Amino acid sequence: MFNVEKIRQDFPILNRQVNGKPLIYFDNAATSQTPKQVIDVIVDYYSNYNANIHRGVHTLSQEATDAYEQARIKIQNHFNAKKAHEIIFTSGTTHGINLIANGFSSILKPGDDIIVSALEHHSNIVPWQMLCERTGATLKVIPMNLEGELILSEYDKLLSANTKLVFVNHISNALGTINPIETIISKAHTVCAAVLVDGAQSCPHIKPDVQALDVDFYVASAHKMCGPTGQGMLYGKEEWLQKLPPYQGGGEMIAEVTFEKTTYADLPHKFEAGTPNICGGIAFGAAIDYMNAIGFSTIAQYENELLEYATQQLSGIEGLKIYGTSAYKTSVISFNLEGIHPYDVGTILDKLGIAVRTGHHCAQPIMDFYNIPGTVRASFAFYNTKAEIDSLVAGVKKAKLMLS
Amino acid sequence: MNNNDTICNFEKRKIVTIQDIQNDIIDEFSMFDDWEERYQYMIDLGKTLPLINEQYKTDDNLIKGCQSKVWVHAEMKDNNVIFTADSDAIITKGIIAILIRTFSNQHPQDIIDADTEFIDQIGLKEHLSPTRANGLVSMVKQLKMYAIAYQTQLS
Repeated sequence: MFNVEKIRQDFPILNRQVNGKPLIYFDNAATSQTPKQVIDVIVDYYSNYNANIHRGVHTLSQEATDAYEQARIKIQNHFNAKKAHEIIFTSGTTHGINLIANGFSSILKPGDDIIVSALEHHSNIVPWQMLCERTGATLKVIPMNLEGELILSEYDKLLSANTKLVFVNHISNALGTINPIETIISKAHTVCAAVLVDGAQSCPHIKPDVQALDVDFYVASAHKMCGPTGQGMLYGKEEWLQKLPPYQGGGEMIAEVTFEKTTYADLPHKFEAGTPNICGGIAFGAAIDYMNAIGFSTIAQYENELLEYATQQLSGIEGLKIYGTSAYKTSVISFNLEGIHPYDVGTILDKLGIAVRTGHHCAQPIMDFYNIPGTVRASFAFYNTKAEIDSLVAGVKKAKLMLS
Repeated sequence: MNNNDTICNFEKRKIVTIQDIQNDIIDEFSMFDDWEERYQYMIDLGKTLPLINEQYKTDDNLIKGCQSKVWVHAEMKDNNVIFTADSDAIITKGIIAILIRTFSNQHPQDIIDADTEFIDQIGLKEHLSPTRANGLVSMVKQLKMYAIAYQTQLS
């Protein structure tokens, strides 16, 4: 039985006040809060077994290595990867994307195409533009409709024998739309293109099965799913990871080094140059444990209730327009008040202790599509409540009164 | 009232310093009891003041602040710099109104020498934080750049 009040006790930060008001944290799509179960793991690591991994013979190093590699297995199991070495620890989603983009620079030739979606975050556009500049490949974009959904018939037209890579986010950060990645993946495979899916926004809400999806690469960040910042994961099918060249040179990623030639280490170490964020990796494992203990179907069901409730309550405010109205979306509401700048609304809400994101959400092309400077975005997590949504609605009404 | 008095008054008006104006603003804000009154005042300033001639709202005069846009125009009149500015966000515009009130119609050297600490004292510090991304930090820099340019012309 899901008990939100009990869950909230796991999150120390929810007890604090902001501007003299109890914190209402609705910026979960930017970063999630950290439960004490994960904080405890971080404290324990630095208090008891902080050491460098994979090389020391001493006890601390063994303990840290074991914990780090156990975390990799937790992540493997969570995403249902076939092998643990198909999980590469990264500093976050952006790192994973750049690792793949770099790998493809030795594969792509002029005349090749990369397909991305119109729903992307800047970090999902810029690495591919840079890759196209380096290789002479062309970047093509799957357009979206007014509901904020990708137009798949247009995707069909873009796919060809020249398509080498398709890149799409599982869920849009700006609008919350859940993209039909199963279809996108299977269609890409008909022309032998690889597919990279950005799971930064999906992993806090759903549990992806990379084998069932048959996705080639999948990336995510720990800090959006109750883990620490500076930590993420990249899943890659073994054959792809074997094929791609290493990203960064350094310690950990080599097998043998002479001045004539270096041979690279096996997976996953080939892509893990230097001392990694050891504590981050271990804490990521703990975060996954924490979320799985609650259960992703429970989380999804509760968050969906919050989304429906908030959509209904906010829609009752005259002059409020919600952007991203797909029937397939997660607990993100992007909105504007007519004639009022989102920055102003966000500023007033902050004064009321309510944390929302305002601006273009690093997704300027989406804002240009709607011809708006940005939106106010409230994104809910499983530790939020309907009472907090009531406060948001009251806050938006107050902002409207003050600003119009 | 003789002619001499008028001249005296005129002289007095001309020597209202940036510091005087900032002190006035601090006094005005001290009358507000809470954030709501302060913000309502700024919002009203932002709503009512015509801040810039539409012809100057060009891309050249635009300071991109990620969240809100700010336009700044400067011209020289009787050895003083006249600033006009605008923003697409009303709270940003209210703060611009306060900044323009202190910096505009002043001698370039005085603008160069002035600071914006009074913003802290009226409880609006967070709006001039570099992380706020509202264009105001860049705007203050821009005002100073104009003042430096005009000061160079004068000397």
